[in-house]
Amino acid sequence: MEIDPFIFRLSIFILSIFIGYYVVWSVTPSLHTPLMSVTNAISSVIIVGAIIAGLSGDMKSIFNTSNIFGFVAIFLAAINIFGGFLVTQRMLQMYKKKKKNK
Amino acid sequence: MSANLSAIFYLISGVLFILALRGLSSPETSRQGNLFGILGMIIAITVTFLSIGNFSTSFIYVLIILLAGGSIGALIAYKIPMTAMPELVAGFHSLVGLAAVFVAISAFLNPEAFKLGSPGNIKIASLIEMSIGGAIGAITFSGSIIAFLKLRGIMSGSPITFRGQHYINLLLGIAIIVLIFYLCNTQSESFFWRLIEISFLLGLLLIIPIGGADMPVVISMLNSYSGWAAAGIGFTLENSALIITGALVGSSGAILSYIMCKGMNRSFFNVILGGFGGTDQTIYSKGKDKKPVKSGNSEDAAFLMKNASSVIIVPGYGMAVAQAQHALREMVDSLKKNGVKVSYAVHPVAGRMPGHMNVLLAEANVPYDEVFELDQINNDFANCDVAYVIGANDVTNPIAKTDPKSPIYGMPILDVEKSKSVLFVKRSLSPGYAGVDNELFYRDNTLMLFSDAKKMTEEIVKNLN
Repeated sequence: MEIDPFIFRLSIFILSIFIGYYVVWSVTPSLHTPLMSVTNAISSVIIVGAIIAGLSGDMKSIFNTSNIFGFVAIFLAAINIFGGFLVTQRMLQMYKKKKKNK
Repeated sequence: MSANLSAIFYLISGVLFILALRGLSSPETSRQGNLFGILGMIIAITVTFLSIGNFSTSFIYVLIILLAGGSIGALIAYKIPMTAMPELVAGFHSLVGLAAVFVAISAFLNPEAFKLGSPGNIKIASLIEMSIGGAIGAITFSGSIIAFLKLRGIMSGSPITFRGQHYINLLLGIAIIVLIFYLCNTQSESFFWRLIEISFLLGLLLIIPIGGADMPVVISMLNSYSGWAAAGIGFTLENSALIITGALVGSSGAILSYIMCKGMNRSFFNVILGGFGGTDQTIYSKGKDKKPVKSGNSEDAAFLMKNASSVIIVPGYGMAVAQAQHALREMVDSLKKNGVKVSYAVHPVAGRMPGHMNVLLAEANVPYDEVFELDQINNDFANCDVAYVIGANDVTNPIAKTDPKSPIYGMPILDVEKSKSVLFVKRSLSPGYAGVDNELFYRDNTLMLFSDAKKMTEEIVKNLN
């Protein structure tokens, strides 16, 4: 019997939870705020689904309901991606400056 | 681009996201980590475009929308003051949540685009996955909006409670499961919309009973939810980058919530059920007003600290509110010039989000190796001459060790009481968030500095120079 591809995805999911568990415990507490903003940015990879939705359909019907939800989702996720990574970068720069001043 | 090739690229971007979090284990590697994250995102987006291969008019629209959203995001990222970080993160969570809802809706309305079957005949597994993703996304959205409003001060930070609230939430939770069940049986659109609506409502009701100072837990929890929502959508799209990311973010948020709960010695459920603090403050503070309190001014404080050999600074939410971090750094600079050894002690739940104080101190150019966590520094209070408590309260209250009846009993505290003298910058004697009077105020070795945190610190700087 063949294994359902779902099981493979489930394996990835479960193993990633464990990776997340160990990786996040090793994050230094002083960087917990950047951790939140960067996790926020990466979870916006959901934009992948939004792009699929936005680009679906042919030329005549690029503005049906499904596409429009896709477009809005792209917009929201894009705010998050740029905002999340840049604000993280901005915070992390501050941790650098101090090192120099020492 | 073939499906297998793009799957490999999605895997690569998933791995890059893992490295992004891994980088945060030290400030030295963190910036490189962030670049890995950005690279992972670029790969994921590019691969998506290539694998769809649709470069017609709609591609232009998508690109424009992407850049429009991106510029708004970039603008926010550069403009936002560091003190507003908690509400920014809450706001960003709400966007991820809403995006997840919208993707779930698109997938439901147009399953062909996602290769999930046809409308009215969507694969059951996909239907369950998108329902879960959409429902958690909706809860994340409305919950984060409430958290945002509370943190921003638009909505009162005090808990909003009413009778039977937990039963209503339980009922809504059950309703969500029942709706998913019926949705799978009937494929009916109306069940799908009810599911989304009820999830929005549940998110709202879950967060309103939780008070302001419990926000670190709430933000972490919503962070976790946004991850699970992304993972749910990832299963629907059969996309490993999304599944990996969702799992990472989900467990990250869960661990942060756990750390925050432990910092308050409260169970996760105790925090989530809400209603903590807020109401009974007056009862606690009454009758104790008559106790003698020693209060001083900036000259006394400057004199004490100048002659100390070591000083520990204990910052709290009040420092963030007063934006006193820069003045504080100046004060420390002058103290160091006088040969005083200064370090900072940060309690895990100081502020309104995990790591809040660290970021503010970093903004004020405080070297991160002068900032210590509770476990690292707590023994040093016994050997320190002056503890300068600026904007913190409950986390220094010795009652947490002595009075089992107190609501904060068992909470790990900073042993400020052990230092030779304590300078307490505070506007009044009012109790902190937990509604408990701080007996430290009335100790012989405590000098109260009644003032705004920033003003007092600036005056001390003047007196030091």
